[in-house]
This record gives sequence, structure tokens and C-alpha cells, in this order.
Amino acid sequence: MIVAKNITKKFGKLKALDNVSVTFSKGECIALLGPNGCGKTTLIKSLLGMVVPDSGSIHFNNELITNKWMYRSQVGYMPQIGRYPENMTTAHVIDMMKDIRKGIDKDPDEELVKSFGLKDILQKKMRTLSGGTTQKVSAALAFMFNPDVLILDEPTAGLDPLSSEKLKQKIIQEKQNGKLILITSHVLSELDDLITEVFYMQEGKLLFHKKLSALKEETGEVKLSRAIAKIMVAQETQL
Amino acid sequence: MKKLLKYVIVDIVQNKIVLIYTALLLVISMSVFNLENNTAKGLLSLLNIILIIVPLICIIFSTIYIYNSSEFIELLVSQPLKRRTIWLSLFSGLSLSLCLAFFIGAGIPILLYNADATGFMMIAMGLFLTVVFVSIAMLAAGLTRDKAKGIGLSILLWLYFSLIFDALVLFFLFQFQDYPLEKIMIAFSFLNPIDLGRIQILLQMDISALMGYTGAVFREFFGNSTGIILSFLGLTIWIIFPLMISLRKFKRKDL
Repeated sequence: MIVAKNITKKFGKLKALDNVSVTFSKGECIALLGPNGCGKTTLIKSLLGMVVPDSGSIHFNNELITNKWMYRSQVGYMPQIGRYPENMTTAHVIDMMKDIRKGIDKDPDEELVKSFGLKDILQKKMRTLSGGTTQKVSAALAFMFNPDVLILDEPTAGLDPLSSEKLKQKIIQEKQNGKLILITSHVLSELDDLITEVFYMQEGKLLFHKKLSALKEETGEVKLSRAIAKIMVAQETQL
Repeated sequence: MKKLLKYVIVDIVQNKIVLIYTALLLVISMSVFNLENNTAKGLLSLLNIILIIVPLICIIFSTIYIYNSSEFIELLVSQPLKRRTIWLSLFSGLSLSLCLAFFIGAGIPILLYNADATGFMMIAMGLFLTVVFVSIAMLAAGLTRDKAKGIGLSILLWLYFSLIFDALVLFFLFQFQDYPLEKIMIAFSFLNPIDLGRIQILLQMDISALMGYTGAVFREFFGNSTGIILSFLGLTIWIIFPLMISLRKFKRKDL
């Protein structure tokens, strides 16, 4: 579904992405893992066309995405830190998003708006919302338009346990609908029952991209967190 | 494009600064017309105020607005929208609302007190200068990510167009005063949109006779319909050129 070839992106001297090639296929739920600043968010933003790579190509459904925009109607994106126009009310932002996608998408899916109880804050300005509530709005917007691809950047950071559980259930539900889901998270324990593949990056490079089952088998661990820890330790001893 | 434009205009019109700007223009133009019993004199005073205030407010407000919309832009870029549409919607939204502010604040008083060719030319030039300086502001905001630098750049650009450019031209004139420079002066005036506006309005006012031989040359070039069309063309280029450069920048910007 998404094929990236040899993408490189430099910010000044820092190489955020270094010759990364990857294929994400439909129906998978992939965890993008790696230490802080390893280029996960840059990769995600490149897929969305928010960051323009210096070299390499990205294909979405066999179509090159450079200067394209329609493909984004099939992508739901939940940013790490949702930034919204401060003076708009929540209702206004949601209406605007619906308006932008009018004619492209069918019925909006407002399940998360309901289950997160966003109805009560619809008249509040975005500026006055807390970090967690803003995250809820981001999540609701990402899932609203039945996208084929969901890109979730640290979805549960800042959410209370109840909401984060609701979000997880929604992710599982969408996975069963055969959608491609990309998640980055540092809370490995919550990824265990969600993901099918692991994509591990370090210093802008792809370290490995494996099925979760294969990874667990190799390391002999049942928990993702322990498997990753084992690999990281092995890495360090190699160096 | 239309959808986005609607949201941008609603956002700007709600902004208090635009309302204050409209009220300020209204107060200035009303008082200028009421102070002088000769409306032509009033128009001349208004001209000088408009040529300073309109570019200043337009360029600073637009630059700050673009920087403050960074969240909005970020949100839109991840949606199924062309970057070109986003940028041009911002430009059109700013231009339309500032033009509206100028028309209400200065246009209507001019129409009330002095609705002749000079008045119309002044309104046209005010509207053109508004759009030109929004376009220059888009360029200044597109060139740098740093808000302070961007605002500094736009203040510098405004200083350049309203003071420094004229000083440079004067310096040039005095250095080469032994040579006939009238033709070159015409070429120079195309390098500054404010000068283009000023010359057209002054020519309409029939006071170019006071400007001596240069005035006569200007009258000959700018006074006829070809000259008027050329200066409007010049202003249009001043709108399109900075906008296109900033659009190219924005298309490859990382957000």
C-alpha cells in the first residue's frame, strides 16, 4: 500500500532519515519504534507530504505522492502534539474538517466524539483545552473519515487510562476492518495486543522490519518490551 | 479554495486589529476632510497618510497573521488539500479583508467628500497598495521560519519602500545632477509600488506643474491612458512576483 524507496532527509547537518526503504501493506498494524530523535516522526511526515524528502520516492497505492494531495483523503493522521487554530471552537474545527472533505468522503464516523464525551466541549475554544483533551480531538478527527490508512503518532501519550483503552479498542476494530495502521509509541506494553509488525529505527536508519511473531521467536520472549530490550542490549554489546 | 477562503476571512474579520485599522482610517479621513474647507487640500493630506499607514499596517499585520496561523497551516497540510490552495487562500483572505477595511475606512469618506477622478484614483491605488503589501508580507513570512526575523524583515521592507528608496533616488539625483535623468526616473519609479501610486494620484491632482521639468516629463509619460495602464501593470507585477516566489518556497517547506 505504501512503498518508500531510499528516502533521505537532512535538517542542516543532522540526517533525520538516512536511505530508508520500507513497504507497508494493507491489513497490518505496524509499530514504529526507536529511541527519541531517530526519525520516526520525520518518516511519518514524509508519508503525509508534510516534509519533503531530499531524495528517494514514496508511492501510495502505486502512485508517486510528490506534489499529490488527493491520496491524503485516505489517510487519517493523529499528530504527536495536535496544534489547532487557537480561536476556533472544537465544533468549528470539526465542521471545517468535514467541510474540507465534503464530496470526497462518505458519512463521518463520530464514534470517538461520542465515546470521548467531546460533545461537552464543542463550544470551547481550542486554546482552552488541556493537552489530553486536545489529543482526544486529534484522535476523533483521525478516525472520522474512514481512512484506509491510519497514522498515529504517540496516540496514547497524555490520555487518561480509560480514554486510552477506548482508543485501543477503536484501533483493534479498525485493524479488523483490514486497514493499515502505523503507530509510534514508547509505551511498548500497550502495543502487545495491537500490532502485527515491528519497524525499528535508529539514528535515521532502518534497523529491522519484522513480523511480531518472528521477533518473539528469535528472542525467545513473549512480551514485546522484553524482546526489544534484548535487541537493544545486543546492539550495545556489538558496539 | 472557496471553503478555505471562508474560514480565513471569518477568522481575520473577527480579529480586533482589523477593526481598529478600519476605525483608525475612518477617523483620519473624516477629520482630514472636516478640518479643511477645501476638499482637494484634504485629499492631499490624506494621500500622505495613506501612503505611509496602509503599507505599514498591511505588511505587519499580514506577516504576523501568517506566523500565527502556523498551526492552522500545519493542520491543513495533512488534509487532502493542495499546498497551492492553502497559500493562495491565505493570500486572498488577507487581501480581501484588508481591502474591505481600506474601502470602509478611507474609500467611503473619499466617495462622500470627493467623488471625482482623483478620488477614484486614490481608492484604486489604496486597494492596489494593500494587495501589493500583503503579497510582500507573504514573501517575508515565507523566507524565514523565525517569527522575529520575519517581522523584522517586513518592517525593513516597509522602511525601504517608504523612506530608504526615496533617499537613494535623491542621492543618485544629486550625484548625477549634470546629466538628464528624467527618463531614468520614470524607470526608477517602477521599482517602488508606493512611488507608482503617489505619482498617479499627484498627476490626477494637477499639481505636477509644481514639480518643474521632471513633473512635465512624468505628466507626459504617466498622464495618458498608456501610462496609467503601464503603472497598473507595474503594480500587478508587484503583486504577482512576490506571491509566486513565496508560493514556490511554501510548496517545498517542511512543516
